[in-house]
Amino acid sequence: MKGRFQLGLMIALLIAAGLGLTLYKHFALGFPLLGKDVSTVWSIEAWVSFKAEGEAAQASLTLPDQQSDIWIMDESFASPGYGINQINDGGQRRAVWSIRKADGRQDLFYKVKLRLESGLSPSVNDQPETFIAPVLPEPYQTAAQSLLKQVTESSANATSFASTLLGLFSASKPDQNVNMLLGMTDEGVKIPELLINLLRMGNIPARIVRGLHLEDGRRRQPIVDMIEVYDGAQWHLLDPRTGKSGNPKTFFLWQRGAKSLLDVMGGVNSDVKFSIISQQIPTRDLALAQATHERAALIDFSIYALPLEAQNAFKIILLIPIGVLVVLFMRIIVGLRTSGTFMPVLISMAFMQTQLLPGLVIFTSLVSIGLWIRSFLSQQNMLLVARLGAVIIVVILLMAVMSVFSWKLGITQALTVTFFPMIILAWTIERMSILWEEEGPRDVLKEGGGSLLVATLSYLLMSNPIVEQLTFNFPELMLTLLGLVLLLGQYTGYRLLELKRFYPLVRAARRPR
Amino acid sequence: MEWLSSLVNKVLEKASVTTPAQLRATGILSMNCRNLNYISRYNPRRLLPLVDDKLATKRMAEKAGVEVPTLIAVIEYQSDIRKLESILAPLQQFVIKPAKGSGGKGILVVTGRDGDRFIKASGDNLSFEAISRDVSNILGGLYSLGGKTDVAVIESLIQADPIFNDYSFEGVPDIRVIVFRGFPVMAMMRLATRASDGKANLHQGAVGVGLDIATGHSLRSVQGGQPVQQHPDTGHDFSALKVPHWHKILSLSAACYEMTDLGYLGVDLVLDKNLGPLILELNARPGLAIQIANGQGIEPRLKTVEALNRHNLPIAERVAFSQQHFGILASEKS
Repeated sequence: MKGRFQLGLMIALLIAAGLGLTLYKHFALGFPLLGKDVSTVWSIEAWVSFKAEGEAAQASLTLPDQQSDIWIMDESFASPGYGINQINDGGQRRAVWSIRKADGRQDLFYKVKLRLESGLSPSVNDQPETFIAPVLPEPYQTAAQSLLKQVTESSANATSFASTLLGLFSASKPDQNVNMLLGMTDEGVKIPELLINLLRMGNIPARIVRGLHLEDGRRRQPIVDMIEVYDGAQWHLLDPRTGKSGNPKTFFLWQRGAKSLLDVMGGVNSDVKFSIISQQIPTRDLALAQATHERAALIDFSIYALPLEAQNAFKIILLIPIGVLVVLFMRIIVGLRTSGTFMPVLISMAFMQTQLLPGLVIFTSLVSIGLWIRSFLSQQNMLLVARLGAVIIVVILLMAVMSVFSWKLGITQALTVTFFPMIILAWTIERMSILWEEEGPRDVLKEGGGSLLVATLSYLLMSNPIVEQLTFNFPELMLTLLGLVLLLGQYTGYRLLELKRFYPLVRAARRPR
Repeated sequence: MEWLSSLVNKVLEKASVTTPAQLRATGILSMNCRNLNYISRYNPRRLLPLVDDKLATKRMAEKAGVEVPTLIAVIEYQSDIRKLESILAPLQQFVIKPAKGSGGKGILVVTGRDGDRFIKASGDNLSFEAISRDVSNILGGLYSLGGKTDVAVIESLIQADPIFNDYSFEGVPDIRVIVFRGFPVMAMMRLATRASDGKANLHQGAVGVGLDIATGHSLRSVQGGQPVQQHPDTGHDFSALKVPHWHKILSLSAACYEMTDLGYLGVDLVLDKNLGPLILELNARPGLAIQIANGQGIEPRLKTVEALNRHNLPIAERVAFSQQHFGILASEKS
């Protein structure tokens, strides 16, 4: 009983490990469970251009950081002749391009690939800095104070305060105080800066953020200024042009704070434009790329680390356990007789190449012709091994003849005949012919039909795209399959066919009582 | 719910299918259970070659004093086939069988000669060449498990006890006794029919007759799973059938346990006119059809023996135990 318990524990562990690893890969590493689902990947290109003046030139551009719900997959720089450095400038990444001597128009590129993914959160400390309420020059200070008083009265909290304020600025007919304050823009103050100052006067932590709206096919976009206000718990994104809260999900934040986006030394007419495109990429490739990038051990030491060719071979090999399970099920639970224990699996592997119907036709015709020739051989006095060898050669000849004839007739399907394992075919023919001699054609049909039925069933399962996808993307499931096989090995119950076989017996045993 | 279960039962009845619950209630041993709980538990693998090789079984039986058909010759190598002619020359009747054959495959029974041709049990006749080709096939491993090379055993033909002549169409009827841990637990007789081509294989159409362990009296007969009252070819009623030498048969079967150490064993015997019961072969994986022939599940009997735990009983006491506990007619009549 102790051995039984150990085995039970092992089975449970195997099944749990297989399922657990699969779920881990699905939920933690993002491998799709079913189907070939695709994910959207955004590609953003920043194009920095300026006119160099024949001297050393240096351009520095703020680079985006990891942020919530957006995963930066990859970034690259393209800039002929420039040296590139990444520096950290007060918590903000910046790329610095520099060149000893440059003249004329210069084009520098920075490209970033990102993917929207919920649940990602940045690890930066995002508390607002302390600030002192700014003081505006008169007459603006008075106008601002009366405006703020008006806004405070009609708002409940920091966010509603901010959106009311922003709403006043974006109204088509701004009120008196707003008009007065808008006059500051003539003195070179930008609206977002003005709004930040007003919010800070209302004692609300606020900052300018810059970023891009993710929309496919946008070209030559300027960076967009937005305002973030802090409500005591978290930051809220607001659009200064509408006063409405922005959608952070589709807003890719490039820079926080009012620092310049681009600084160019040794050049004039500098500009940065952005173009945005979206691409559809299979989620699996994406998950794989990410896992490889993060060096998840499960991926690093797996068949994905193999060359592509070997991976393709494994794609087929990993299907074999499914066929094995079908065979076990049909033998242990159903009780079907097959010729050669795992021969049906090999036949179904061949079906994978030939498709089902052509495969069935080719197989039956090969075996029947083989049986016919074998019956001729059995009349000759010869040693068994030699006869088996002869059958193998005859099978190969048959394959060649079949291929040539069907090719000439234009039936290209029959060319796949080469995928049938010849030795297995020869053995099948040999066994069938012995069966025929000893038990008669009925048993041959029974056993052959059983084998083909099992082969067909396992083919149908193995060729199912979901099964293929699961076995290849989650080889861990093999542990589960192993557990199931061990479990089947413990089954002492009745086979389905025994329910029929012993039916007369049950009736007989019932009668006397 | 009531109507649903009665509907299910009706459908099952119509399709002649039973339910696992009914099978369990009848105590029927399933193939999976036989393999896992009896064969792999009581028949250690290292002992199997002894019973898989009929030649080894025969020699072992001779040493143990268990009666078997006389061994005439053994052909071991293809080159020895040349000697076959001189071996067969003095023989009128003989049997050639592969030592490692299973399920009665490859067994050639010659019952007489007609000039230089050999007459098979079925009445067909064979040339000497056909026989030597057969022997060559045996040596090549055609009938052995996994195609391993084999040897051909030539032994004397059993002179079937005429008591069964009325019950068998050609072929020699044999008696199968299941011996579990030395206790004969169930027995049946297999009778060849025209449909089974003179072979005593149940799934080929031979008749199986369940035998009462206590007396050797017939209990019930089946052909192809269906009950029959009389032999389909000879028309003889099976209910009158009673196997003689019954106690000897049980003792011989039980003795095979000491001889082989196999816990779950099928012993095949024949009744020879002159020699009485002889052990024909042993089977470490006996089939389940014996339950159908007996109209009874074997599992309760196996459990009874298992409940005895470790035992050290001599053969006679084991046979007495079986006759007392597994006899059907005795218990019903008393």
